[in-house]
Amino acid sequence: MSEALLIVAHGSHLNPESSAPAQDHADAIRAAGAVDEVREAYWKEEPSLRNALRTVTADAVYVVPLFISEGYFTETVIPRELRLDFDVDDWDSDGTSADVATCTPADVAKTVHYCGPVGTHDAMTDVIVRRAETVTGDPEVGAGVGLAVVGHGTKRNENSAKAVEYHADRVRDRGRFDEVHALFMDEEPEIDDVTDHFASDDVVVVPLFVADGYHTQEDIPADMGIADDAGGYAVPTRLDGHDIWYAGAIGTEALMADVILDRAADAGAAIDREARPGRTPTAAADGD
Amino acid sequence: MAGRSDPTPVDALREAAPDGVDFDGLRVARDDDGFRLAVPDASYDGLSAAEFTDVAREHRAYVENWLFWHAHAPQGDPEWAFLRWVEYADDLTVPERVERLDDGLTREWGQVAVTVRGGDGRRRYDLRHADEADAAPDDLSTYADPHEARRLRTFDDDGDYRPLSTAPTLRHGWAFEALDPGDAVRAVEGFYPATIANWHRERGGTLDVTHWHDAVTRQTGIYGVVRTWDRGEGHDHVNWVAEACCADSQCLKRREWGYDAETPLDADGGEGVFPCREPCSLVVAAARKWTRLESEQSRTYSFDLTPSEKEQLETVVDAVADGRVDGVRDGDTSDGANRFRARFLRAKLFDDDGNLCGVPTDRDA
Repeated sequence: MSEALLIVAHGSHLNPESSAPAQDHADAIRAAGAVDEVREAYWKEEPSLRNALRTVTADAVYVVPLFISEGYFTETVIPRELRLDFDVDDWDSDGTSADVATCTPADVAKTVHYCGPVGTHDAMTDVIVRRAETVTGDPEVGAGVGLAVVGHGTKRNENSAKAVEYHADRVRDRGRFDEVHALFMDEEPEIDDVTDHFASDDVVVVPLFVADGYHTQEDIPADMGIADDAGGYAVPTRLDGHDIWYAGAIGTEALMADVILDRAADAGAAIDREARPGRTPTAAADGD
Repeated sequence: MAGRSDPTPVDALREAAPDGVDFDGLRVARDDDGFRLAVPDASYDGLSAAEFTDVAREHRAYVENWLFWHAHAPQGDPEWAFLRWVEYADDLTVPERVERLDDGLTREWGQVAVTVRGGDGRRRYDLRHADEADAAPDDLSTYADPHEARRLRTFDDDGDYRPLSTAPTLRHGWAFEALDPGDAVRAVEGFYPATIANWHRERGGTLDVTHWHDAVTRQTGIYGVVRTWDRGEGHDHVNWVAEACCADSQCLKRREWGYDAETPLDADGGEGVFPCREPCSLVVAAARKWTRLESEQSRTYSFDLTPSEKEQLETVVDAVADGRVDGVRDGDTSDGANRFRARFLRAKLFDDDGNLCGVPTDRDA
């Protein structure tokens, strides 16, 4: 039976960068030959979620949400718009443990394996570490360095913070960085006070966001106080006696393509495990 | 032609004969008397395998046509139907198509011109902006990866972001050349996502239309507010939405949805080749804004305007709504949307707080 991967992302009416990670990861997965058929669909762009499944040729579709946390989009919007007979109880999740639910869509004769979001997959911890490596240009980064994992945070859904804390805990447990903290834009502890939380001279700041947009390029640098006069930021930026290595949105990290594949493989997709698109380290990020 | 390891078209047809072939005027069968083959002008019975080979070679255009559509074209129904439509397969006989495929047959899909060539059993597809069908190849950037189309659709000629793929603002300057059939479909879908699937459903009478009422009823979260703007019989507002968003000047899809299944809209649905089966996310997002704005009660304001000033305000709104502001020449002060005319009006009529004629907006009255 033929299989397809459908990457589902938010997209934007205003910002073309919003869909760039989904496009880039889809291209990388396709180029690596890991899956025969790779498609994207968006909430705010085209193909819309409502039309997505009819653009897929395969009989079995592995739907992977390119979202950071479980919540309104993964539990309500995406299954509704894909017309899946999904019940969130099928996931039996504690907020970070959703894996897969097998569903039947209402408008096409296909089987949909609806996966949990990439952001809560265990492999995301590796992506955070990789991001710290790429932004510092140091494949051994860790000793003498603090790591801030940054989430949006919202009082409306506790799962938003859970995903961030989950990965911060996992990185901390590895003992590679001197200090690891989860910080947030819209709840305590806040990213505004980033240097209060770290004794280390060097602090790597990795925002758990899918795409680079206003939050990662403007809000967070401004909140931290590293934004320059032009609205950009230098990497690193000297701040209160610390060097702040700000990484930008984690979703643009090439290794994310592997997490997307992990989600599909865990759900039973016949992924060619040798064809891993994200293993080549990316160039160090800059803030321009 | 197929590679040496592939069966020849005649071999493939002979192998298919026991199952029967009836396609584009070619009919082939095999029974106890031997092979049968018929085309519109000739019919043969009781053929030996060797005789069948000779006859099939005589009518190789039909044989190659059959093989292309069953071995080389994508076998998914929508893609197959689309490529058949591109070469007018329902309108032209096989010999007519073979002749015209030498020069190429072209169809326009929105602003994309799809040209198919090759009558030798294979097809190659060129894609260009419909405005550039006659442009010299050197004047265009050539692309081979069909997935590049979805990146090309992202920005217009001015570099502005196009959130709506079917806006009539597709950029110029690109060409896809000699794509195979599967890649041609993929590139078309890159420019205009999901249009082939929905066009095919419409042709088969199975397009699933979601009308305004059902679409807004489905909204949740920050979009849930649009449900309050669903007025049943008094649905003038939906006509205004459609007139604002769904005209051919704004979107090349042909609107198929109405207020509900029994209530069509007055606003024209457009002429586009691909159907629009439900309010899109841009329409829903705009409707959310209008839901807020339309919840306000009207007030009475008094302004003193000269007749020309009133007409100029109307002209400015028209010019913005029609997107012609960039085309107004700086020196053309006869145009009410001329920038200097607008600046003069503002200098004369607006107070320091931006109030027209100094009349406050008075939201709390």
